[in-house]
Amino acid sequence: MEQLLQQVLAGLATGAIYATMALAVVMIYQAIDHLNFAQGEMAMFSTFLAWQMMQWGVPYWGAFAAAVALSFVGGVAIERVLFRPIHNAPILSQLVAFIALFSIFNSSAGEIWDFTIKTFPTPFGTKPFLGSSLISTHQAGMIGVTLAMLGLLYLFFRGSRLGLAMRAAAANPQSARLVGIRVGWMIALGWGMSAAIGAVAGMLIAPVVFLEPNMMLGVLLYGFAGAVLGGLSSPGGAVLGGFAVGVIENLAGTFIPYVGREMKLTLALVVIVAVLMVRPAGLFGRVVVSRV
Amino acid sequence: MSAPEPNALALERPAAVPAAPPVALAGQRWHGARNLTIGAVVLAALAAPLLVQNFVVFQLTLVMVYGLAILGLNLLTGFNGQFSLGHSAFYGIGAYTAAILMNQDVGYFWTLPCAGAVCFVVGFLFGFPALRLQGIYLALATFALATAMPQILKFQPLEPLTGGVQGIALLKPDPPPGVPLNPDQWLYYFTLAVLLLMLAGAASLVRSRTGRAIMAIRDDPIAAAAMGINTALYKTLTFGVSALYTGIAGALGAIVIQFVGPDSFPFLLSVSFLVGLVVGGVGSIPGSLVGGVFVLFIPNLAERVSTGLSGAIYGVILLVVIFVMPAGAAGFARLIAARLPFARKSVAIAATGRE
Amino acid sequence: MKEITRRSILAAAPAALALAAVPARAAKNYGPGVTDTEIKIGNTGPYSGPASSYGTIAKSEAAFFRMLNDQGGVNGRKINFISYDDAYSPPKTVEQVRKLVEQDNVLLVMSPLGTPTNSAIWRYMNQKKVPQLFVATGATKWNDPKGHPWTMGWQPNYQSEGHAYAAYILQNKPGGKVAVLYQNDDFGKDYLKGVTDGLGDKAKMIVLAAPYETTDPTVDSQIISMKAAGADVFVNTGIPKFAAQAIRKAAEIDWKPLHILSSVGNSVGAALKPAGLENAKGIVSDFYLKDPTDPQWKTDPGYLQWVAFMDKYYPAGDKTDVGNVTGPSFCQTLVQVLKQCGDDLTRENVMKEAANLHRFRVPMLLPGIEINTSPTDFAPIKQIQMARFDGQRWQLFGPLINGQAPA
Repeated sequence: MEQLLQQVLAGLATGAIYATMALAVVMIYQAIDHLNFAQGEMAMFSTFLAWQMMQWGVPYWGAFAAAVALSFVGGVAIERVLFRPIHNAPILSQLVAFIALFSIFNSSAGEIWDFTIKTFPTPFGTKPFLGSSLISTHQAGMIGVTLAMLGLLYLFFRGSRLGLAMRAAAANPQSARLVGIRVGWMIALGWGMSAAIGAVAGMLIAPVVFLEPNMMLGVLLYGFAGAVLGGLSSPGGAVLGGFAVGVIENLAGTFIPYVGREMKLTLALVVIVAVLMVRPAGLFGRVVVSRV
Repeated sequence: MSAPEPNALALERPAAVPAAPPVALAGQRWHGARNLTIGAVVLAALAAPLLVQNFVVFQLTLVMVYGLAILGLNLLTGFNGQFSLGHSAFYGIGAYTAAILMNQDVGYFWTLPCAGAVCFVVGFLFGFPALRLQGIYLALATFALATAMPQILKFQPLEPLTGGVQGIALLKPDPPPGVPLNPDQWLYYFTLAVLLLMLAGAASLVRSRTGRAIMAIRDDPIAAAAMGINTALYKTLTFGVSALYTGIAGALGAIVIQFVGPDSFPFLLSVSFLVGLVVGGVGSIPGSLVGGVFVLFIPNLAERVSTGLSGAIYGVILLVVIFVMPAGAAGFARLIAARLPFARKSVAIAATGRE
Repeated sequence: MKEITRRSILAAAPAALALAAVPARAAKNYGPGVTDTEIKIGNTGPYSGPASSYGTIAKSEAAFFRMLNDQGGVNGRKINFISYDDAYSPPKTVEQVRKLVEQDNVLLVMSPLGTPTNSAIWRYMNQKKVPQLFVATGATKWNDPKGHPWTMGWQPNYQSEGHAYAAYILQNKPGGKVAVLYQNDDFGKDYLKGVTDGLGDKAKMIVLAAPYETTDPTVDSQIISMKAAGADVFVNTGIPKFAAQAIRKAAEIDWKPLHILSSVGNSVGAALKPAGLENAKGIVSDFYLKDPTDPQWKTDPGYLQWVAFMDKYYPAGDKTDVGNVTGPSFCQTLVQVLKQCGDDLTRENVMKEAANLHRFRVPMLLPGIEINTSPTDFAPIKQIQMARFDGQRWQLFGPLINGQAPA
């Protein structure tokens, strides 16, 4: 029983990692209506930028802010330069462009910063949180930041004109254009925001998993799974999905006898797919009704 | 953003090709040209192994193997509109089926139908959960299959069968007695024969009543169902046939490489197939072979430019290809051919191998 | 770059030939890829793909041969090192190695990296009778002179390291409960097998063997399970990233077992520092190479020589990465083989001399460890030594231990 509690807590702590990433995934999904497979690598690259600035003597928050800003600009630039020209291409071709981007960021980071792991500082400290050695103050801080980002996004999308314009552009580009929304720039803005959120996620995740070019590989997979499980159209659902994946994975690995440990990832995915069979749009997603 | 302008490159899908009946004369002339091209390609393929060194023969054999695997994916994605990141798993199942059987002294020839049958069943069964899922959700489910495969192959209790993490090494088949070819050349011709057979099968499947049903489901599932097409049956069947193709490719790959191991079939292999599919042309049968060429040779080219940054160079090449040919090589060929005077519309049909 | 080297070789060749004291060997006898001025050597490594962190080994090898060629090469011949990317994919390894052998005509293939990749070319190399020398993997199967006379290992194998850990456990904690963390692949399972075999009839001492995948973000869950299982001995065989996570997590949850760390993850700079040096105090591990990040070697001549090499020929290389020590050490062993070959540079003679190394020392090997081979012994490095971390550096202790378990 005690181990159950411990594994759930540890799952929540790891789940926080997935949840931050899932949030970034949903953000881009809202903006461009499909997933960005290079998102994890972009976040990794942003984190390396922050790390490099700190190596040069920039204080933590300075590097943090600069990395977020650079990522925003970089995200917008990638959309304008690379994806705007092919936005009419078939979706699968765009997917391959993401794969290309993935390869470019991963390979460049390895060449520039090498593959040995690097420590990335945390602004929250690593002491046990509220006396529990299972969640550190950093992990608690990470959960806090994720929830705060979620709240801000909620306000942004519900309350601000810009947020509403972005949603309109994603949901119905034609009509949005008719009411004077510059759809192209809304998409670019979505890219920028998701890159910025990704940068925050990367900088929160790096202190836990250590910084190295492949650090986001697994995280992105679980983040996707979390976002899909929760529902891609629901930022809150995605965050919950991220936490759920962390817990499911730990419980499957620990308590399913015999096969559990060796096939943890597989089992977690099977659980998620099973859930999707029952709720094909995710736990909290909107069901899109199709018409002829 | 300006109003959507008609973009010549923006064939959203090969399906969007107008199905207007070709002008009779132009059609005939085009068919003549097409048959001529096919004949020339087959002749070149027959002559190639006698002209180049063994190592290149081996590479060309692999191109055909990957082309066949991509063709399998193409049947599912290009013609039926179902998305898969899990084809590395079918390829792996095919390869392991061949390897395990060859270890039991089954002749390499017989491993192909076995691998095909096993993969058909697995693919068909996997098609059922896939019925409930679409787009990104289907991507995730097939992705689960791809990541599960190496884990299952490594799984301890299966080790007597799979060789566990150490994999299985195979003997290279010799040419039948009296055939004056070396083993590489023999395997090349063997693979070529299988490939031609499978290509012909795919082409006639696509042209058949079944093929039209499969494509109707891709173009509009609801309308297809309204027309009385059993969408569930055709979708699961397509999944099975697609897995069969890729599984046979996997078996051939195992025979050619002479080794299978869990690390030979990672998720990244699925990504390679997907890249090959898109580069060659979604929904184009000959395009699959172009995809095979890309998958095998472009990483080598990238490495030649820079060893340390080979991944980045590969990515850049890929981006350039997508920029130049957003609808893949087949789309590009259509575009070029459409500029030719005699065969405006029928060209597109020929390039996709459909009418 | 390549062009310049070739031209300068051609220009310098007559002079070099005249000056070089040709060993008193029989007439020149060349295999493929050898001329009076050049020896072609092939290699594959993961420059891209999931194992690209090991790509630096091949890069450091290329750098080493640049240095060697600047110094005049081997017996007057420059090394033409041809290295291809196999992305850690066995089919790609087969393709690239066939290219090396059939198109580039290399004399031999050195230190291809990885167990599955080497397994894929194993039969091919032995059928073609091309030396597959000093493979960069610690599986036991490479020491098989009878069955595979053209393949030779190099490093101590993982299983025998596992044996050594088991012996240490039986000696120091005979009643302990053992937990093992391992990577779910050939190398991880070899370690697990080594520990299990080494414990023999006491294998029941293992209360939990927990695998991880390289795509796992953390191993926190595994460590918590180990503590919950009541383990008081922890055999940690993770690669540096996961080894460091495990060390840190154990400290965070206040789990203080007898902690044994494998040689894969025991770098001070690449694993212990990230995990926190204070958390690593008291950990036991084993070594055969000098850890370039351990301060105890700061004034060691072999280390200084290595640093000078890195500064001049591979300045972009990471000096905390043990791979950059391994690469040049492979090269130095091969150079010794080529030196012994003299002008008889056939593939047969290369294998003969590779199996004829006696008390050979590579500067970055731990003091006392020597490379020995014979026609019946294809395991060049057989010794390892245990060490304990004192919070700053590794303190070696005990005798040299046999690092080659019977295959």
